[in-house]
Amino acid sequence: MIDTLQTRLQRLLRRIVTRPRLDLPLLGGLFLLGLAGLVTLYSAGGGNFSLVGNQAARFVMGTVLMLLLSRIPPSVLRGWTPWLYAASVALLLALTVMGEVRSGARRWLDLGVMSFQPSELLKLTMPMMVAWYLHPRQLPPSWKDIVAVGALIAVPAGLIARQPDLGTAVLVIAAGAFALFLSGMRWWKIGALLGAVAALVPVGWHFLHQYQRDRVMTLLDPESDPLGNGWHIIQSQIAVGSGGVFGKGWQHGTQSRLDFLPEHTTDFIFAVFSEEFGLVGVIAIVALYAFIIGRSLWIAMEARDTYSRLLAGAIAMSFFVYVFVNGGMVAGMLPVVGVPMPLVSYGGTSAVSLLTGFGVLMSIHANRKVHD
Amino acid sequence: MIRRRAIKDPRGESDLFRRRAITGFLLILLGLMALVGRYVYLQVLRHDEFVTRADANRVKPRAIAPARGLIYDRNGVLLADNVPAFRLEVVPEQVPDMPAMLERIRAVVPLDQDDLDAFRKQLKQNRSFESVPLKLHLSEDDIARFELNRWRFPGVDVVPYLTRRYPYGELLAHVIGYVGRIDADDLARLDPARYKGTSHVGRVGIERSYEDTLHGTPGYELVEVNADGRIQRVLQTEPPVPGKNLYLSIDIRLQKAAEAAFAGRPGAAVAIDPRNGQVLAMVSVPSFDPNLFVNGIGHADYTALNTNPDTPLNNRALRGAYPPGSTVKPFLALGGLEYGVRRPQDTVLSTGEFCLPNQSRCYRDDVRGGNGTVNMVRAIQLSTNTYFYKLALDLGIDRLSEWMARFSFGGKTGVDLPGELTGTLPSRAWKAAHFKQPWFPGETVLSGIGQAYWQVTPLQLAHATAALAGHGVPYAPRVVMATQASVSAPREPLANPPGQSLIKKPGAWDVVNQGMEAVITGGTGRGLNDGFPYVIAGKSGTAERFSRRTDAYDTNKNSAYLAARHRAWFIAYTPADDPQIAVAVVLEAGAWGGKDAGPIARKILDAWLLARGEHLLPTRPAAPASAAPASSAPPPEAPPEDEDLPAEATSSGGATP
Repeated sequence: MIDTLQTRLQRLLRRIVTRPRLDLPLLGGLFLLGLAGLVTLYSAGGGNFSLVGNQAARFVMGTVLMLLLSRIPPSVLRGWTPWLYAASVALLLALTVMGEVRSGARRWLDLGVMSFQPSELLKLTMPMMVAWYLHPRQLPPSWKDIVAVGALIAVPAGLIARQPDLGTAVLVIAAGAFALFLSGMRWWKIGALLGAVAALVPVGWHFLHQYQRDRVMTLLDPESDPLGNGWHIIQSQIAVGSGGVFGKGWQHGTQSRLDFLPEHTTDFIFAVFSEEFGLVGVIAIVALYAFIIGRSLWIAMEARDTYSRLLAGAIAMSFFVYVFVNGGMVAGMLPVVGVPMPLVSYGGTSAVSLLTGFGVLMSIHANRKVHD
Repeated sequence: MIRRRAIKDPRGESDLFRRRAITGFLLILLGLMALVGRYVYLQVLRHDEFVTRADANRVKPRAIAPARGLIYDRNGVLLADNVPAFRLEVVPEQVPDMPAMLERIRAVVPLDQDDLDAFRKQLKQNRSFESVPLKLHLSEDDIARFELNRWRFPGVDVVPYLTRRYPYGELLAHVIGYVGRIDADDLARLDPARYKGTSHVGRVGIERSYEDTLHGTPGYELVEVNADGRIQRVLQTEPPVPGKNLYLSIDIRLQKAAEAAFAGRPGAAVAIDPRNGQVLAMVSVPSFDPNLFVNGIGHADYTALNTNPDTPLNNRALRGAYPPGSTVKPFLALGGLEYGVRRPQDTVLSTGEFCLPNQSRCYRDDVRGGNGTVNMVRAIQLSTNTYFYKLALDLGIDRLSEWMARFSFGGKTGVDLPGELTGTLPSRAWKAAHFKQPWFPGETVLSGIGQAYWQVTPLQLAHATAALAGHGVPYAPRVVMATQASVSAPREPLANPPGQSLIKKPGAWDVVNQGMEAVITGGTGRGLNDGFPYVIAGKSGTAERFSRRTDAYDTNKNSAYLAARHRAWFIAYTPADDPQIAVAVVLEAGAWGGKDAGPIARKILDAWLLARGEHLLPTRPAAPASAAPASSAPPPEAPPEDEDLPAEATSSGGATP
């Protein structure tokens, strides 16, 4: 096997063409989404090409990771799963000791060359771990399995929530919970569990940081504190609402361009999008998200084994959580939590981890069931 | 593991997953529809509301202050200018913590207590999105330091503005006055719509009395601002209408000459054109630098001005009230003729002492032994007290004060400057009001020589002299003669119609004029016409500041001693045959009217002559032909020290409230 680099590349290209491991509709959807994100970012950043360039570079990096992962068969991934999970939880623990504090939260781990958020890893390793745990077990899961999965979710989610990073904790919990849901957990058990969670909400309130409580309270009545916590919500709603049906046009959103809208390239970029492209743009982009989620769920259904199914389904459904939480936050429907609009918000880690997730989906797609 | 695998049902699990995935997707679609529903609610149902709020966010009206009108002298010399400067402004609604910001900014731009007080006052008055000036007239260092630290101070900005500058400083401070920073009292007084964006308002002088003309009308612009309130672009502009320029009737050359003539000695001088009431010069010495007040005077500077014993802030021309002394005599003489109490040829014997019946205390002439027999012309020339004692008695106090009031004594001249005092014209009514006492005949006697309760301002006396010089036709004194809409526009003269003539008998004026000419040629103003090509008419006055305590003649002839006791006056007009300038000069600490105040008046007349393009005669001329026909007798050798000093009774003199 002393192939030249050239012949190996040629073989790879031939294989991609003859036996596509990538799902082209999904790839196309992601591409369109990324493009919409870059176009909005250009406007939200005030015509700043370096911002767009950075983001595009991350897309490229994420796409390379996606291609790499798509070459790894799900069976191999499954073998790695416990180790990856253990490693990411270990990093979270390490963070409590040596993490870097940025704007009051201990989320970042400095690796010298770059810093990253270990909690991002959990967005992928969490559904992997739940899928790995449920894979050999009889489904629908028993109470014992549910409790075990609950523990697998609770430990890292608790660590993340303590950083504090409520948004990521919600995403991590959602990813694990979706795997449990897709595994066929009985509806009455789901009902019972949700009931228990609802009962625990007042207890959880007690553990929230004051700023997190404020955010929730502000959501209920943003005008009570128009220049403080309410500012984000009010200005974001003004941006969205003033956009109207057809929007103010690209680069004509006054709210973001005049800096009334905070975080308008990152968490609140969807407000810029809504202001400039209006309801028509919102419906189009939500439809695109729906298409990506639907296509991903279809890939999950076509998957060969339980592990692949659950993992792919959980990734697809947690994508929805991103969209719903961010879109709801921008529209003043949900409290302000740090959840980006996937592939639209400016920010490296999120884009890379999302695309990595889609790499896993691509791999599952490549190793799908063979229909008779 | 084997046991478990046996139980697992791959096909069933796959079906179960499929059902769950489809259920999940339907739930997701439901969630996404709910999300879109929220956007429909915001973008369709509440669209109009949010559009309004977005515009309210970004579009702010901003007033543009009009440029204040400039002030020129009668020949177009610039006296008050607008020069660019920078100030620090704060938009209150953008400052999260005002006290903390003020504390921090003091380290960058020094602020004194005055700045902070004014700022806090205006802060209460302004709406929160309107900027409030914090510090005016920033130095270049201040600006540089602030720009470096600007990011620390949202809502604070360096803003250019036009500040007032008075190039002639002290010379015109009492005429032009100054503008000052608008304070809380001003805000209550001024129309807020007209003064939006304006930081200064006329405080004193012309700047105050012509505030309406100088101010102009503000414009506005609609500007788009960002969240920090920084202006991004201007959407619409309505330009302001600048204030009108003013042309003063003051001639800066006369003004300079008058000020120089005082050589720093406290006093005042006013020169008026009798033909139209235009004020040609108006000085009050000492003066102050009005530029200090424009951007807020420092505490030390203000204390220094306020505690100066010579009161430089006091405008003596309008607000200095002094007993007029003998300067009232020509007016009284005219009154005697007009009321028919005297004929020009009527004579009085001056023996040096004038006594009322049944009174032991008598009233003196200046010269021991008196001036002998004098007619009206000679009585004016020699300032013979006895003549005017008798004239005052014969007129009676009622006719005397009625007559004098026509010259604006005891009232306002109506000058276009704020704050003039009325002085005091002695009358029964005035005394009753102030002392609740009846009028005594002795007070009438003293009123005849400008003592008793008499108090006049230099402006009043100048105005009266001008009215006399203009053959009795009074004009309200005017400092501003024309306005101008813009530099290129034509001047629009301000109307100043004359009042009714005070003189009914045509010959009366000539007699008084003769007397006043004789004052210069052979009386107390001897020598004041040397080298002057026109005939000057004048009258000196030396008023006592204090009541005499004893009957003894004061033999101390030391000038400094006398200066401390006397006010020296001189009034004059020229050319006597066609009067074009009338002046009144008071020297607060002058020993003698003719000797000390007279030369100041002459220097003003010299400047007037030069301003006309004429020159003094090279040699001392013979007495002008028209002068002093009545003084055929050689003037008595009265030493100048003995001029027109009134002699008053201890009981009645100097009772000045």
